[in-house]
Amino acid sequence: MTEYEFFIDPSRCIGCEACKQACTECDTHRGRSMIHLEFVDRAVSTQTSPVVCMHCEDPTCARVCPADAIKQTDDGIVQSSIRDRCIGCSNCVLACPFGVPHYVAAIDQMVKCDMCYDRTSIGRKPMCATVCPSQALFYGTREELERLRSETPVNDFRFGNQRVRTKVHLMSSPGADDMDVDVMRFMAGAEPDVRIEELAVWTEDSVAARS
Amino acid sequence: MSASSRTANRYFDPRAFRIGAAAAGLVLLMIVVGSSGLDHFDWALTTYAVASVFAAFSVVYRYAVWAGRPPTRMYLRRGWQAFRSGRGRSGRGARLGIGALGGNAARLGRLLLNNFVLQTFINRRSVERWIMHAGLSWGGMLAFGITFPLVFGWVHFETLATDAEVYRVFVFGFPVDQFHVGSFRGQLFFNLLNISALLVLLGLALSVKLRMHDGGELAVQTFADDVFPLLLLLAVTVTGLMLTVSAKLLSGYGFAFIGLSHAASVIALLLYLPFGKLFHIVQRPLSLGVAFYRHAGENSPRASCMRCGEDFASGAHVADMKEVLDQLGLDYRFETGSGIVHYQDVCPACRRRIVTLNQGAALGR
Ligand code: SF4
Ligand code: SF4
Repeated sequence: MTEYEFFIDPSRCIGCEACKQACTECDTHRGRSMIHLEFVDRAVSTQTSPVVCMHCEDPTCARVCPADAIKQTDDGIVQSSIRDRCIGCSNCVLACPFGVPHYVAAIDQMVKCDMCYDRTSIGRKPMCATVCPSQALFYGTREELERLRSETPVNDFRFGNQRVRTKVHLMSSPGADDMDVDVMRFMAGAEPDVRIEELAVWTEDSVAARS
Repeated sequence: MSASSRTANRYFDPRAFRIGAAAAGLVLLMIVVGSSGLDHFDWALTTYAVASVFAAFSVVYRYAVWAGRPPTRMYLRRGWQAFRSGRGRSGRGARLGIGALGGNAARLGRLLLNNFVLQTFINRRSVERWIMHAGLSWGGMLAFGITFPLVFGWVHFETLATDAEVYRVFVFGFPVDQFHVGSFRGQLFFNLLNISALLVLLGLALSVKLRMHDGGELAVQTFADDVFPLLLLLAVTVTGLMLTVSAKLLSGYGFAFIGLSHAASVIALLLYLPFGKLFHIVQRPLSLGVAFYRHAGENSPRASCMRCGEDFASGAHVADMKEVLDQLGLDYRFETGSGIVHYQDVCPACRRRIVTLNQGAALGR
């Protein structure tokens, strides 16, 4: 069986927001986008980055959840919160090393990317990857990827003393084995809140639109 | 550390076993005491009583395992502290002059009313979902509210010596009420279980409809967690209603067999409680703790991101997360030239940017 995998290369993102729009079509969270589209540093560049869940092998979000509301499927997908369990505490939001989960005040729950489980569990591509024109979000086989790209996918991250392995890959320099996240190098020069992401989408209206 | 907390869910937990056994013992004791030394215990209902004792054990066992997980333990503790402490002093309690605890008690009442009785938060998702959940939860609560006291012998009926049509109601052996079987009250009393069954059926029908039409629901539901409990509830309600149909309309046809099926389905439901979806009934009250914790956090020092300076959480929450991560054996500390940096001090938005910036740097872009 062909093994499809998710490969992300934020450096290719052109900020077109197609992924965000497509994400709102997904059945498991209709009307809401799970993607954080981030201006990386608006003061100095137009670089944007689409952030989806990396589907960690041992997900920190699930470990810190007091309500046991985040489950991992047998195929390694970390699901969004189970609605009758999630108590909206935001532990997962605070703990995820990639900054993925959203807390939605209107329904007092966490929601996050589940890699379009309704689609990927039956062999389809996630919505965002089908529409991404720059292929910053690429869902396909490793052979396809190797034909198209010279960079190497990594799924082994180090956040200080913590090692995190993920199902989703990030494209890194050719030959790289892992990514040792450097926090100090990018500490300076940040300005507060330059997100262009979800806030407008998370209104009471859009919540009411979801049945 | 990390191994033990991860495996806690999978392996036998002696502490939880002791707590579960104590709970089962307590239920047994309450049966014996409440039924005046089994004098009013209805031996025809013994299987239900035995299943209840088992259910008490298994639910409490599972709860104790769950409550022992570091993040859960933290919320139980902090929620309770926030409830008792004066941190809510700026709230309505102070204005009304009833003190912090009084204010918190009033707040608790409001939360209980909104979240547990009226379940308004579900209404915000959709009215249909709210009706579904209201039917299932109120029907279920009503049914258990009637069944347990009867099964435990806390409530029993006796007919008057002088008039067999008049029932007297005894609670814990004391007479509290009496009514004529034909009276409205009598009919209501004897049909409460049927009413609860109809409520549950309404909820079940809507739930099946929502599940069949909601692609998202279909994608993430599992048989054991989501579908099986609905089937169990269906079995309980249908056999329960059939008892009435058999007694009232079919002059008792098949009553014994239906009674047995009903007992079997109720027992299966009780024993299923600690697994799957229904466990949220006992888990959910933790949300009260979260509400108090959040309220306390709003009125206390905030945490600002060490990268962008944005206020992103309460200081207490960030500090507690660091502690919980340590207890879980997760270490997001960076040893840098300028000292230790904890990733918890960087806001989620900046974490997203930092990963992207690292990726860009790796590619030289
Ligand atoms: S990336 Fe974050 S939200 Fe996704 S699985 Fe890992 S910890 Fe959970
Ligand atoms: S917000 Fe919900 S899913 Fe996230 S940690 Fe809290 S209870 Fe769990």
